[in-house]
Amino acid sequence: MQDMIRRYGPGLTLIICLLVAFWLVMLVIVPNITLLEQSFRPYLPVAEIGGPRDTYSLGNYMKVLDGTVEKSLLGISFTIPVHVYTFFLTIFYSILVTFICFLLAYPLAYYLAKIVSPKSLPTLLLMLFIPLWVSEVLRAFAWWIILAFKGPLNAMLLGIGLIDAPIRWTNMGYTGVVVGLIYTYVLFMLFPLYNAVQSLDTNQIEAAEDLGAPWWKIHWKIVLPHSKPGIASGSVMVFMLSAGSLLVPSILGSTTSQWFTQTIDQWFKDALDWNTASAYAFLLLILCTLFVTVALKLFRVRLSDIAK
Amino acid sequence: MHKFRLGLSHLYMGLFLLYLLLPLVVMSGAAFNDSKLPSIVPWKGWTTMWFSEMIADQRMMVAFRNTLLVAVAVAVLAIVVGTAAAILVNSISGRLRTALYGMMISTILIPGVVIGISTMIMWTKLGNAIGTDFILFKPGLHLSVLGQVSYIAAMVMLLVLARLQSFDAGLEEAALDLGASHAQVMRRILLPHLYPAIGAGAAVAFFQSIENFNVTQFTRGGADTLTVYVFSKVRSGITPTINALAFLLICITLVLAAVYEVNRRRRARAEAARLAQARRAEAEEGIGAA
Amino acid sequence: MSAGIDLENVCCDFGTFRAVDDANVSIRPGEFFSFLGPSGCGKTTILRMISGFIEPTAGVIRIGGQDVRGKRPNQRPTALIFQNLALFPLMPIWENISFGLEVRGVDKATRRRKAEDLLRLVDLPDAADKMVSQLSGGQKQRVAIARALAVEPSVMLLDEPLSALDLKLRQHMRAELRAIQKRTGVTFVYITHDQGEALAMSDRVGVMSQGRIQQIADPREIYNTPVNGFVASFVGENNIFEGRAGAAAGGMAAFDTEEGRFRARLAPEAEGKPVKLYVRPEHTVLTAAPGTENSVPVTVAEVSFEGPFIAVLARTAKGRAIVSEIRNDGQATVPQMGAAMHASFAAERAALLPDASVRG
Repeated sequence: MQDMIRRYGPGLTLIICLLVAFWLVMLVIVPNITLLEQSFRPYLPVAEIGGPRDTYSLGNYMKVLDGTVEKSLLGISFTIPVHVYTFFLTIFYSILVTFICFLLAYPLAYYLAKIVSPKSLPTLLLMLFIPLWVSEVLRAFAWWIILAFKGPLNAMLLGIGLIDAPIRWTNMGYTGVVVGLIYTYVLFMLFPLYNAVQSLDTNQIEAAEDLGAPWWKIHWKIVLPHSKPGIASGSVMVFMLSAGSLLVPSILGSTTSQWFTQTIDQWFKDALDWNTASAYAFLLLILCTLFVTVALKLFRVRLSDIAK
Repeated sequence: MHKFRLGLSHLYMGLFLLYLLLPLVVMSGAAFNDSKLPSIVPWKGWTTMWFSEMIADQRMMVAFRNTLLVAVAVAVLAIVVGTAAAILVNSISGRLRTALYGMMISTILIPGVVIGISTMIMWTKLGNAIGTDFILFKPGLHLSVLGQVSYIAAMVMLLVLARLQSFDAGLEEAALDLGASHAQVMRRILLPHLYPAIGAGAAVAFFQSIENFNVTQFTRGGADTLTVYVFSKVRSGITPTINALAFLLICITLVLAAVYEVNRRRRARAEAARLAQARRAEAEEGIGAA
Repeated sequence: MSAGIDLENVCCDFGTFRAVDDANVSIRPGEFFSFLGPSGCGKTTILRMISGFIEPTAGVIRIGGQDVRGKRPNQRPTALIFQNLALFPLMPIWENISFGLEVRGVDKATRRRKAEDLLRLVDLPDAADKMVSQLSGGQKQRVAIARALAVEPSVMLLDEPLSALDLKLRQHMRAELRAIQKRTGVTFVYITHDQGEALAMSDRVGVMSQGRIQQIADPREIYNTPVNGFVASFVGENNIFEGRAGAAAGGMAAFDTEEGRFRARLAPEAEGKPVKLYVRPEHTVLTAAPGTENSVPVTVAEVSFEGPFIAVLARTAKGRAIVSEIRNDGQATVPQMGAAMHASFAAERAALLPDASVRG
């Protein structure tokens, strides 16, 4: 702080600190504390707010356990609260999306970092950036068109004779959602991966080739371990964006593919119960944070590495 | 690398680009199909009527204007806050730095749903607590702006911080030593160095804001932004006016990308020319001094 | 337009580390004064205290007789030339040079004229509209000097500004710096770890080690009569003998070593302290017959031809290395490897010196 006053003078330092304080306190900390506080209050008519029934309780959180459904997995039947079920499916499919994004992006990241000629690299990167500049809702919409019952994908598959009747892609459970999420977020995996692979000294790869290592071993032993921070940051980004997405599940999903954010949205917009919505939002925040923390621990990467 | 595997990798790159760009082409193509449903099959003939319908769509135009206003406001606020945050993080150290920096980047990871709901609840509660009807405390796009800034500022911060790390603090000292005030140092030395990053930050903030859905959805009150409007259109009765809009947006994006690329090449050439001149001067000097 | 600088009992601590310890020096107006020492000796700290980027922990600094404690860098009549020059990369050369005037509210036409005048002074008349990245190392150097001169400082502070240049250019810039200093008459305070640079340019030199000023004198005195072993070693080569000194008489004393008894100068203030004997290689002669005084038999072990001189390394019977430098006058005879000879030196050229002065 002393150093800062010396460099920028007391006046500017004060302004800078106030701006940062406004951001972190008014836009981040206090809203989240309010969210937490609100989530423990019951949903009451306006007249009763502050009245005797307005007390803290875990009631909103307990609603997660309401209404069970019967499901079976690997031949074992069990009953599970519907919101808990939604939540686990959201997490599961987000992980699946993250994994597929990694599989798609890794070869490409390696190609961009180590194979392509430096002259065409900027142009390629620019082309890859274009979909990022097109808004998310339009990217989801594009797939809505493609996957439509009478859409081009079915038309094409019918045309080449792969299928006999058109398929309702968006009604096949989470298929549409997963396809949409991958398309929307794969670039968030690609760029961190590309940065990580690019920072690897090419001599290391050549040395390994020279020593006779097969290509898969070079990737397994040299490129992948080096790219760990990139893998971690890309995975965290894709996972959080997928789990937190409301647009893609709403556009490409169906009644058979409820996403947890949609449940929150229904509490907030349809039931107008902000308090329960807060409780659910807070659950999402906590569990996602927990998930990311565990993932970072497993990969031995720090949060500050992600930002690179 | 084997010829075969090299060929395979080129093929993969090509397929990936196709995968990324084809959906956009399909979407754009549907804008010209004379069909009530947005699709390219079956093709019912060329038309530009969806463009004229789009222009006639008053609600879309209002949403478009709203989107631009929100995006500009977000960009301005995020630049100011993000730049201040980058300067702060860059000039402190130790545990305080780690804590502040961690908190800043964690905002990027907070789900938009959470940001939206928490922003909405806090400002309306604050309004109730003070007992005011002042517009700031009601749902509306201004809350969308605040909610979006809460995480977009972190992106600007990261961009500016990266640029700050290549800044030679000696330049600040040199300017102070020559008699500049702190404000003059900021205006003439530090900020000019940061302008490229601030410009990039403004672009990122602008585009992030345009495409934001989650935060806006929960804070907007009754107002529309383009994203929200497109979303509601997609969910209810779709007409290909959305495709017409998408086509125009993609064209704008392409033009911007092209301008950026041309600009980048020109600047790289100018910089190379300057360095060549320095090398020539260096060589002459070697002869002169000997 | 030049001012003297006085440091009185100046100390500077960074935490528990004392970077500068009780510095006392009086730099005269218009003088070219160098602080010479290895890195970490505190010379840069002294410079930054004079320029105002660091406040001394104790002591007084006066510039032109005025106490400058508490004054910020931009309130002091000093201009600092940074080690990396710190030219503003985004401004053209003329704006760089006139920046100090710009922040003082001088109008653009005047600034431009002044910048062009200064560019002529530093012999770069056509550079006004170039960018910094277009210039060579030496040209950047001149721009940095012009920029510092533009604010008409009474004192110029230079922090190893030549260290980034290659050898030839460095020697050229030495002469140029010296000429600019004479032309402008501004007091120059110069920081360097290069003894050649300090000796060649300065009116006086302050040699520093471990936060302390060891000796302040003109270059000849520094080289010829160093006050302690550190100064002797830092500003030149030595043959060093360990031993015990006898009592001094008439400034000379006997010194008993493994190689026998020598005689050498002993400063009165060194009496009673542990001392070593220092003698320069160029004052050490090798002869076939024993010398008249301070003579010791040696065997020639290595001969290296350096151009202007020939360095001969010889060893005593105990294995101690003694270096002798023979000036190459075109007919000097070079001793044969393995030859048995005698090394000797004049008593007045040898000095018995204590170690460096350190705190405590």
